[in-house]
Amino acid sequence: MTAELPLQDASSLWKPKRDRAKLTQLIVQIICGAFAAISILTSFGIVGTLIFDTIEFFSRVPIWNFLTDAQWTPLFSSKKFGIFVLISATVMIAFIAVLVAIPLGLLSAIYLSEYASPRLRQILKPLLEILAGVPTIVYGYFALLTVTPVLRSIIEQLQGFLAFIPDLKIFNALSAALVLGVMITPMIASLSEDAIYSVPQRLRDGAYALGATKRETITSVVLPAALSGIVSSIILAISRAVGETMIVSVAAGANPVLGFNPFESVMTMTAFIVQIVKGDAPYGTTIYYTLFAVGTTLFLMTLVLNIFSFWFVRRFREKYD
Amino acid sequence: MVANNSPADSSRVEPPLLFVQNLEKRYGRDKFFSIALSGAVVILMAILAWLLISIFLDGIGSLDWQFLTSFQSRKAEKAGLLAAWQGTVWLMVLVAILTFTIGVGAAIYLEEFATDNWFTRIVEINIGNLAGVPSIIYGLLGLTVFVRLLGNITNGSSILSGGLTLTLLILPVVIVATREALRAVPDSTRLAGFALGANRWQVVWSHVLPAAMPGVLTGMILALSRAIGETAPILVVGAAAFIASSPTGFLSKYTAIPVQIYNWASRPQDEFHDLAASGIIVLMVLLLLMNATAVILRNRFQKRF
Repeated sequence: MTAELPLQDASSLWKPKRDRAKLTQLIVQIICGAFAAISILTSFGIVGTLIFDTIEFFSRVPIWNFLTDAQWTPLFSSKKFGIFVLISATVMIAFIAVLVAIPLGLLSAIYLSEYASPRLRQILKPLLEILAGVPTIVYGYFALLTVTPVLRSIIEQLQGFLAFIPDLKIFNALSAALVLGVMITPMIASLSEDAIYSVPQRLRDGAYALGATKRETITSVVLPAALSGIVSSIILAISRAVGETMIVSVAAGANPVLGFNPFESVMTMTAFIVQIVKGDAPYGTTIYYTLFAVGTTLFLMTLVLNIFSFWFVRRFREKYD
Repeated sequence: MVANNSPADSSRVEPPLLFVQNLEKRYGRDKFFSIALSGAVVILMAILAWLLISIFLDGIGSLDWQFLTSFQSRKAEKAGLLAAWQGTVWLMVLVAILTFTIGVGAAIYLEEFATDNWFTRIVEINIGNLAGVPSIIYGLLGLTVFVRLLGNITNGSSILSGGLTLTLLILPVVIVATREALRAVPDSTRLAGFALGANRWQVVWSHVLPAAMPGVLTGMILALSRAIGETAPILVVGAAAFIASSPTGFLSKYTAIPVQIYNWASRPQDEFHDLAASGIIVLMVLLLLMNATAVILRNRFQKRF
C-alpha cells in the first residue's frame, strides 16, 4: 500500500518532534550569549568602579595636588598625595627589570628558534614555561630572602675598593627589579620566539645565497622581519612589570620616596594598594578612595602600553604569504 | 666590470678588493654570537635551578605532617598550613565550577552559535584587552562589586567573593583555550550531525564538545594553575592573614596558600621564612601535579583529526 502513495505523502509519515529540541537550543543560546557578555560586563565593571571611586577621591583631594605634590603620606596627619612618588618607583623598577629581561629574553628567543636542535627545543620550552608559571609570590620570596642577601654581600665586597657604592637596604628596589626582570623574561622569550620562528625560511635562504653568515642573516634579515612581534612582546612585558604586585610588595619595601635610587627601599603603586588592603581601609574614608585613584593611574599606564603594543604590531607587521 | 678593461681606469682598485670577504673575522663574530645566545639560555636555566633549589633547601626542614595539619600560630614551631590549603581547595573548586560553566558556554556561543557580528567582535576585543589588565585591578573590581555592593549575598570577604574575583581573572584564558579546542574539531563532524537531522546544539552537545574535551580540560587546568598562585587579587578582596579555623562553606572567611606565604615571608623572624618556603614547596608541588595532569590529558586523549 505505501509503495503506491505519492512521494509527498510518504515523507509526511515521518514527523520528528523538533519543538523541544528547538526550544532547548534557544535557551542554551541565550544562556551562552549571556556568558559571553560577562567579558564585556567585566570591562565595564573595571572601568566603572575605577572611575566612580576616583571621582569621589578627587572631590576630596584636588587633582592638582595629586599631580604635583612631591610627597606621598596618605596615612600621616598632614596628608600629601603626590602620585609621582609612586610612579617614580614603579617606572624605575620596571626599567631595571626590562634592562635585565630584554637581553636575556631576546637572546634565548633567537637561540630557541634558530640554533637549538628540535630535541633541545622540546626540553627548553617546557622549562621556560615553568619559569613563566612560577607564582609571583614565590619570586617575591626569592627576591627578599635569597637574592637580597647575595647582592648585599657582593656589594660589601665591592665597597672594599669602590667606596662610593652606597649600602643596599634590606628592602631595596634593585633586587625586586632584577627578579622582576627574570619573571618577565619568559614572556619576551616565548612571544619573540613565535615572531622569529614565523619568519619564512626563504628569507634566510636568500641571505645565505648572498653569502651572509648565520649571524649576519639573523641580525640583518630575520630580526628586522620579526621586529614588530619582538617590540610588542617587550612592551607587553613592560606592562606586566608595571602591574606586578607581589615581588615589589615583598622585596622592595614600603617607603614612598621620590627619586630613582635602586639601593633604597621604595614604594610602587601596587605595593601601596597591598599595604592599604592589608590594614584597615573602611569604606567611605579618603584612604579607601585613594586605592582607586592609584588603581586608575596603574590601569591607565598599562592600558596605554597594551594599546601601543597592539598598534605597533598592526602598523609594522611584515606579511608573508 | 666593463669599465675595468679600459686603460683609463687602471688606477682603480681591483674588483676582488672591493668586497673584502674577511671570512675569518666574520666567523669569529658568529662564534661569539652563538656563545652569547647559549649563554643567555644557560643563565636563565641556572636562575631557575637556583630558585628551585634554594627554596627547597629553605623549606624542606620544616615541611612535615604537623605543618600540613596545624592551624596558623604565633609560634613558628606550632604554625601550619591547614587553614590555608583548605581555603585554597575551596577556592579552586568554586573557581573550577564557575569558569568551566561560564568559559565553555561563552566559547561555544562565540565559536558555534554566533556569526561574525558586532557583538562577537566586541567580545573578542574585550577578551584581548582583559588579558592585559593587572591582576590587582581585578582585586579592586572584586572589592567594589563582590565585597561591597553584593556584600549581603557574598558575606563580604568570603570564599565566594574571592572565587568570583579569580573567575573573572582567568575567564579570558579559559575562553581562548576552549575556542581553540572547538576549532580543532573538524567541520565534517558537524556536517555529519546536521545531515542526520540534529540541530546545532545537539551536534555541539553530543559530538563537538566531547571531541574537544581534552583540549578544554587542558586549558582549564592551566588556567586554574594560574589562579592557584594568584596573591594580589585575593589579598585585595580580603583573604585574611590570620585564620585559625577550617572554612565551613562558601560564605566563610578564609585564607589561601599564597596569602599565607606572603604573610610568613613578610615577618622579620627567620623561622617564619622557613615556613614560607615550606608553603612554597606545597604550592609548587600542587602546580606540578596540575601541569602534569594537563600534559597527560593532552598527550593521551588528544585526537588528531
